[in-house]
Amino acid sequence: MSDKTTTADEAVSRLASGMTLGIGGWGSRRKPMALVRALLRTGITDLTVVSYGGPDVGMLAAAGRIRRLVTAFVTLDSIPLEPHYRAARERGAFELMEIDEAMFLWGLHAAANRMPFLPVRAGIGSDVMRVNPALRTVTSPYEDGETFVAVPALRMDAALVHVNRADRRGNGQYLGPDPYFDDLFCEAADRAIVSCERIVDTAELTKDAAPQTLLVARHTVAAVVEAPNGAHFTSCAPDHPRDEAFQQHYASTPWAEFADRFLAGDEQAYRSAVRAWHGERP
Amino acid sequence: MTASTASPTRAEYCVIACAEVWRGAGEILASPMGPIPSIGARLARRTFAPDLLLTDGEATLVDADGTPEGWLPYRRHLTWVTGGRRHVMMGASQLDRQGNQNISCIGDWARPARQLLGVRGAPVNTLNNPTSYWIPRHSRRVFVERVDMVCGVGYDRAAEHPATARFHRLARVVSDLGVFDFATPDHSMRVVTLHPGVTADQVREATGFELTVPPEVPPTRTPTPEELRLIREVIDPANVRDREVRS
Repeated sequence: MSDKTTTADEAVSRLASGMTLGIGGWGSRRKPMALVRALLRTGITDLTVVSYGGPDVGMLAAAGRIRRLVTAFVTLDSIPLEPHYRAARERGAFELMEIDEAMFLWGLHAAANRMPFLPVRAGIGSDVMRVNPALRTVTSPYEDGETFVAVPALRMDAALVHVNRADRRGNGQYLGPDPYFDDLFCEAADRAIVSCERIVDTAELTKDAAPQTLLVARHTVAAVVEAPNGAHFTSCAPDHPRDEAFQQHYASTPWAEFADRFLAGDEQAYRSAVRAWHGERP
Repeated sequence: MTASTASPTRAEYCVIACAEVWRGAGEILASPMGPIPSIGARLARRTFAPDLLLTDGEATLVDADGTPEGWLPYRRHLTWVTGGRRHVMMGASQLDRQGNQNISCIGDWARPARQLLGVRGAPVNTLNNPTSYWIPRHSRRVFVERVDMVCGVGYDRAAEHPATARFHRLARVVSDLGVFDFATPDHSMRVVTLHPGVTADQVREATGFELTVPPEVPPTRTPTPEELRLIREVIDPANVRDREVRS
């Protein structure tokens, strides 16, 4: 039985500049932020990032690590517009492949199923087609003869996801209300790095939870990282809610100042800095 | 006067106008975005559209009283969109005469003056399930001659793809000034009702394109006393609606 546990820094050190990285979660929810922070500590850059975007995209964009972004939106949920992403877009910092949410989902399905594309009734008639001139359409071979967008497979070199529990072999469990698309990200990638709130014995996973909470299957997973509070400041229901006050601080602080105070050291230093920041507040 | 008998506010007319979008919709998912559409959907569910499905805003389908009745995570939500079992009421940063909607960016897409949310699900919504729009502040900045990035597909764009867009239907636009539809020969925006106290000239002035105004425009219907009671005492006792549309 292979033990895939490692540290966030070791796991991301296996990644390289120029790779295509999928990032799980949705908006400012269950984002693998400890892994993103580890990524920011490396010199890895020139990335193609595939994400239902939240602060993962905001931070990587602000730090100049993204060459190309594939997304349908970037949001902090309770703060609708991601300020660091906006600033990066408005200064033309990277290429954008802007597609619809359903097109994104079918792109993940195509990659996971080793299909070059899958058809979807979305995008046609919208400017998604104008801003993505490389997107092709496909005509139904049946009598209806309808035309659909052929969403290309969103195959990735690696996926980063954060779940509530995992065992040492890489079986990942979510205990919140929504799986988002994390299992698909893992299946659509050549390797997945899974961080979790807590590593437990395999038997522990289903002691109090139903087997359908086992979202990520170990054969898709290359590395398992125990990262308590590893989604901070995004939510990781039911383990912890979003740190709204800290998110507000992130959104309202110039990037250089934020990075200098919170991201200059390792994950322990980040946690201490966040604790200290909360301690300063009335 | 008690809270329940005071005259309806502008925000409450907006709630009623949003609720009416789901009248007769049957057993489908109501997807309201924003406070007033959400209050409207819950009002419709409690009154004239009892079969509607509602979510808690996360992944749980809930009864009018919040009792969970099902599971609807994002990926399944997208299946319900493409299956057409949903009527969404979205916002719009820009909306044109034919109902093309923009929530992506202002200015040139390649180098936007203002980056907004992104296309989100607007392209898939508009090709698959009935779509309405809610505009809390009716102005020429929102109602424009041409949107900068077509996210939600309007009638002219849909007409270019009749087979693919065969489920396209923009039902209503509700703003703080009135209710609009696209029931004109060229599917351009038309005034359906005006909220009490609003004139046709006021709407024309706040709209950046030529609007069809029928000779007789009725007022938006008045909420019933029971609807007012539900809005004020049951659905929105914290009066969130007034923060979105002031009287």
